[in-house]
Amino acid sequence: MPMTITEKILAKHAGLKEVRPGQLINAKVDIALGNDITAPIAIKEFHSAGADKVFNKNKVVLVPDHFTPNKDIKSAEQCKILREFAQEQKLTHYFDGGDVGVEHALLPEKGIVVPGDLVIGADSHTCTYGALGAFATGVGSTDLAAAMVTGEAWFKVPESMKFIFHGKLNKWVDGKDLILYTIGDIGVDGALYRAMEFCGPAIERLSMDSRLSMCNMAIEAGAKNGIIAPDKTTKAYVDKRAERPYKFYASDEDAVYSDVREYDCSKIEPQVAFPHLPENTKNISDVGNVKIDQVVIGSCTNGRLEDLRVAAKILKGRKVAPYVRLIVIPATPLIYRQAMKEGLFEIYLKAGAIISPPTCGPCLGGHMGILAEGERALATTNRNFVGRMGHPKSEVYLANPAIAAATAVKGRIAHPDEVVRK
Amino acid sequence: MKFRGKAWKFGADVDTDQIIPARYLNTSDPKELAKHCMEDADPQFVNKMKPGDIIVADKNFGCGSSREHAPISIKAAGISCVIAKSFARIFYRNSFNMGLPILECPEAAGAISGGDEIEVDIDTGKIVNLTKNKAFNSQPIPSFMQELINTGGLMEWVKKKIG
Repeated sequence: MPMTITEKILAKHAGLKEVRPGQLINAKVDIALGNDITAPIAIKEFHSAGADKVFNKNKVVLVPDHFTPNKDIKSAEQCKILREFAQEQKLTHYFDGGDVGVEHALLPEKGIVVPGDLVIGADSHTCTYGALGAFATGVGSTDLAAAMVTGEAWFKVPESMKFIFHGKLNKWVDGKDLILYTIGDIGVDGALYRAMEFCGPAIERLSMDSRLSMCNMAIEAGAKNGIIAPDKTTKAYVDKRAERPYKFYASDEDAVYSDVREYDCSKIEPQVAFPHLPENTKNISDVGNVKIDQVVIGSCTNGRLEDLRVAAKILKGRKVAPYVRLIVIPATPLIYRQAMKEGLFEIYLKAGAIISPPTCGPCLGGHMGILAEGERALATTNRNFVGRMGHPKSEVYLANPAIAAATAVKGRIAHPDEVVRK
Repeated sequence: MKFRGKAWKFGADVDTDQIIPARYLNTSDPKELAKHCMEDADPQFVNKMKPGDIIVADKNFGCGSSREHAPISIKAAGISCVIAKSFARIFYRNSFNMGLPILECPEAAGAISGGDEIEVDIDTGKIVNLTKNKAFNSQPIPSFMQELINTGGLMEWVKKKIG
């Protein structure tokens, strides 16, 4: 029976020859991830189940990245729970202090997740790792607790949707725009319970950073996972990092999809998602005059080196508009150091930007850049829900890092071409 | 298990940031979380609702973050059950795992008005609108998930397994 890449990975981890959409399976997990918001509940449940050892100390990963550096006493207590658990269980992959990065940028970078893996994470953006050709999905704390004990998780095999991207990307368009465009097309529940498989010539040419941004936001269409079949770009990325052997899976040509959509990238402009849902997308040329108080460049969606470089290209020799705050957040310590080495920090600082340590902080309205009542932010993050970055009466607009940088310079949502003259 | 309570209506795509805003996620104490249940959708909700009441929502309830704090805050606030046209998948999963009864029923979610008196039978999936004298049958719960509920949630099921 023909299978999709998602079905093949699930079947392999369930010890089955094949699986069908709708089938309930119990599967082995390669990585189980938690952060400082979700892991404390999981650790409590782990102990209350009477468990004393995690199923595998190499496969349980804890990354306190949301409210770190600790924003207050309560969040410091939460982080302490993770630190003590990591010590007690001798976890190989625990990141703290100067080693911490935004989890979904950190795990691929460190080669902790590899192609062919089955990953669950108590964080909805765990779907990011689909960019490596892994099955990765967000779960809650109880699922994480159960996996920490048993090394397994239950799944309903999802139906798959296929998204084929043709043609060449326009200037200033990257993976973020392709995924925003797709969510604009199918809606925030357009892929509910399903797998989103991205393919086609434009995806094959897409960089790993852009692929990670795309799969990251599959959850914003309600999907269980986003996935891209691994290829030579994937191989070049993982070969120097993978800490375990990996396996490439691909969908069979006659695999069954519940929906197939084809997009012509030459018709896709940079996208901006208006409040308060990621599906409220507009072409940058249709945005009009939207004044902005704060710009955030970072997060598990767009805090990678490529994102920081494109932003610097636009900011070079320019200033952030008066009364506008620009916060740049390199997603991991390695990205931070590399950006510094390349001279990007000099550009940001001269422009008047704030350079933040790696943290999820402002993306979820946690800390390090909260909005006041009535304020508007444009962010390269992934959610623009009501109150997402602060006051319930503040607003968030989502876009790629080029638009974000141009917007910081203009003080209103701007096309990069308005700033960078040819 | 049967519940009876007043319906509180919410719209489509109620996300987890509205159910429990991230500014309160520096704790996982159910009592603390309960104080802020649905705060960014309706700031007065916790003051108006009564234990046993039922949340009725449109499509894609609980979309967004994986925070289990969302179903925890709803349950700890005393809401007996959530009925929606559809649920976001992580919220759906979390609710079963931690024991918040939820029912997917587009017909009931569409026909129930705020303030209606509702009776829900979780075992049969039957929803009765006592105010309008109408009955609905919700989507059947998969047998594995029924087993989860009957065992008392995922961790109880795990305990039994590793027993």
